[in-house]
Amino acid sequence: MHELSIAQSILDIVRQSVPEKELPAVRFVTLQVGDLAGVVPDSLEFSFTVLTTNTPLRDAKLHIDHIPFVVMCNPCGKSFTNEIGFVLCPTCGGADTKILSGMELQVVEIELEEIKAEAS
Amino acid sequence: MSIVTIQRKVLEKNDEIARRNRERFSQKGTFVINLVSSPGSGKTSVLERTLEYFEGKVRLAVIEGDVQTDLDAQRIARYHVPVVQIVTNGGCHLEAKLVEDALTNVDLRGVRLLVIENVGNLVCPSNYDLGEAMKVVVASTTEGDDKPLKYPGMFLHSSALIINKTDLLPYVSCSLEVLKGNALKINPALKVFEMSCTTKVGVPEWCRWLEEHLSG
Repeated sequence: MHELSIAQSILDIVRQSVPEKELPAVRFVTLQVGDLAGVVPDSLEFSFTVLTTNTPLRDAKLHIDHIPFVVMCNPCGKSFTNEIGFVLCPTCGGADTKILSGMELQVVEIELEEIKAEAS
Repeated sequence: MSIVTIQRKVLEKNDEIARRNRERFSQKGTFVINLVSSPGSGKTSVLERTLEYFEGKVRLAVIEGDVQTDLDAQRIARYHVPVVQIVTNGGCHLEAKLVEDALTNVDLRGVRLLVIENVGNLVCPSNYDLGEAMKVVVASTTEGDDKPLKYPGMFLHSSALIINKTDLLPYVSCSLEVLKGNALKINPALKVFEMSCTTKVGVPEWCRWLEEHLSG
């Protein structure tokens, strides 16, 4: 259960990226999570909610983009996916392969609601 | 709506501290392994056999990570090597900062090999770089041969796999070939060692390979 410490790291990044007085306007934090990043999305969302309750970020929701595990076989020039995490090429059986995606764990976007100008 | 676009790794803070640790290890000429496995695979036993092999030959130090107690540090202290126990108090993995803090209690001068024994857990420690030169994963025959399929991340991030408790193979339903095959499908570059910490079979092979990585 390391999702709580990961959620804390996400909040640290949000606080560094958005001026303090604008934190209540944050609605969505978009996160890329690779299928093999070793993170359970439900636990992460739960941890995020726990850590933001009764804070200026209480209206912020976590939006998770799932990134599939994709591997490229160098000799075949073809890419393939595998839900377990096998990296051997299913066509030639070779091990000369490169992981293209699926290990991501990064914050990519923070969405804020516009603070309406006070009518004078 | 206004959008702030950033591209920041969630664990960048940990990675930054890990970089600092790595720099420090490299300055001291210390080779560092991060020993990972599920609870009860025999990480501490592998470490004990390793300490026995290198006793009088190579100066070692150990950082022990556990959720509670300093029982492992007590076991290791019998080998007369500097050992620091990190108790995570419920934390399921070690982080680079915990190692950095522990290093204030370890004199690395002349230490050629530092072994960090992580908390027994095959999931969480795979995300956290501690500054090590390599992760070494221990899987025991009693856990079954499907472990790599259930926890691919750890096998993917490791440089070596020690299959421990091979002396129990006649009594458990575990095929060495299947276990190795599964691990190599996830990480074809894994160096695999078969070992029994009880009979000490496989210990010299592992230690000799490790010795090749030590400087000076």
